[in-house]
Amino acid sequence: MAEMISKIDWSPLFISLKTGIVATIMAFFFGVAAARFIMKLNNTTKAFMDGLLTLPLVLPPTVAGFFLLLIFSLRRPFGKYLYTQFDIKMVQTWPGCVIAAFVIAFPLMYRNARAAFEQVDVNVIYAGRTLGMSERKIFWKVVVPVAAPGLASGTVLAFARAIGEYGATSMLAGNILGKTRTVSVAIASEVAAGNWDTAAFWVCVIVILSFLIVALINLISGKNMKNIHRWM
Amino acid sequence: MGLEVQMEKKFPGFQLNVDFHTEGGCMGILGASGCGKSMTLKCIAGIEKSDKGKIVLNGRILYDSEKKISLSVQERNVGYLFQNYALFPTMTVEQNLAVAMKGKKREKEQKIKEQIRRFRLEGLERRYPSQISGGQQQRVALARMLLHQPEIIMLDEPFSALDGFLKDELQLEMLELLKDYGKDVLMVSHSRDEIFRFCDRLILLEDGKSILKGSTAEVFSNPEKMEAAKLTGCKNISAVQKMGTYEIYAKDWDFVLKTKEPVGDEIRYVGIRGHFIYPVWEKTEENTMEIAIAGYMETPFEKQYLFRNACAPGSSRIWWMQKKDNFEDGGQEKLPPYMVFPKEALMLLR
Repeated sequence: MAEMISKIDWSPLFISLKTGIVATIMAFFFGVAAARFIMKLNNTTKAFMDGLLTLPLVLPPTVAGFFLLLIFSLRRPFGKYLYTQFDIKMVQTWPGCVIAAFVIAFPLMYRNARAAFEQVDVNVIYAGRTLGMSERKIFWKVVVPVAAPGLASGTVLAFARAIGEYGATSMLAGNILGKTRTVSVAIASEVAAGNWDTAAFWVCVIVILSFLIVALINLISGKNMKNIHRWM
Repeated sequence: MGLEVQMEKKFPGFQLNVDFHTEGGCMGILGASGCGKSMTLKCIAGIEKSDKGKIVLNGRILYDSEKKISLSVQERNVGYLFQNYALFPTMTVEQNLAVAMKGKKREKEQKIKEQIRRFRLEGLERRYPSQISGGQQQRVALARMLLHQPEIIMLDEPFSALDGFLKDELQLEMLELLKDYGKDVLMVSHSRDEIFRFCDRLILLEDGKSILKGSTAEVFSNPEKMEAAKLTGCKNISAVQKMGTYEIYAKDWDFVLKTKEPVGDEIRYVGIRGHFIYPVWEKTEENTMEIAIAGYMETPFEKQYLFRNACAPGSSRIWWMQKKDNFEDGGQEKLPPYMVFPKEALMLLR
């Protein structure tokens, strides 16, 4: 056991964390922006756009991986263009991990942000306007603080999903040790190679990590929410 | 000067079509729920867009469909007190006042301090809206609105969220604060008591249309239209048939009434407020009806009787209100057999 742990290459853990953090930050801003955009649409356009934005959540991650390859493959026009013009490569690279995790985590952030925005009393927004506040100020100073609990839970879920991403990541970024092998990819390949104890080790790591993060963020956000009451 | 409004807005199955102007002081919009009162305020503030028309505030065009002008809410500079006060829930009282203010920090702090004193919010600076009472919330909203120095103040059902005990006190208080401020006030309410108390002039709104405008006293004493009479709280209304220049037949009461004013051909209804009817023991005066009691109710300060014409058992019931002398004075008394409908109190309605 001790020998097994001493031999472990820890890089998948750091790659997972790095990927999760960057993808969550991206998902947060894009998700909040998308939710804000959706709130301004009429019902028909809303239903359509919402379907589009939620799709990555309900589709198998491999389908997302397929589309990502279709876009970023070096043999495809856009991927080729990115590579020749800007030297940007998504396939088999760490940015690929981030993009894959982002695409999968984004709908969770977006849906939670939207639900949180829908709970905000629209009169509060109107009041801000009659007081001469700019739309931007109203959004960041009034709407976002009111929606904070929903945004926090969206962020937690997006992060949890991002560090656990497997399907799209393995298709786009592959499984290169030290570069793109995340914990979830590592678990799959260790099992495939018959290294059950190493796989179990990574399983424990990810279970503990996920639990700690969720619990921690719940504690932090719970402190600021005096108006949430315990059901007795 | 003042506010001039003339606008239309269509909804599926509903059309808002209002036309009025303010003349200083407080103007009321009275109407039943769903008649378009709040929508009118929202269109003036620019929160909702009207389809057609013109809104001018102190000579400044806020909206003009022909000239294709429509200022944003922020540019209109109108004060809007929301029915639920719309305080920012994540900010303290102090922050609620500060957030929309522009200018230097020192000046801002000074103004906020002054406003807090003026609206008697001392000690509540660090409380959140959910931690203060409804009346205090209203004062914060009012203070916040006035800090912004709006050119007109619009109040949307300002007292509907308060309980009865607080209401009277707060109404008096608000009346004084608004008088100090000295700008035009436009107030929307479904309560004729509030409108009567606050407003010098009023518009009656029914089903999206302004049916009557005028000074409050005038509108209450002579509502002209049947719908208007109902909105001002007249409970006894009957369809009529003209019998002579000074005589009508009230169909719903099966009773002939003499009038003080000559009856025009356009008169379709007659109304009389329950407080103006009085009982008599003998049938000596004009417009005296022999009655049969048909119902009785009590409020803290009034006895409310329902009666009908004794000679017409199928006729509609008529309300009569009598002041109580004290609270022990409960229960129905034996009433005189006749009621007089004084000529001066009859309202001839279209």
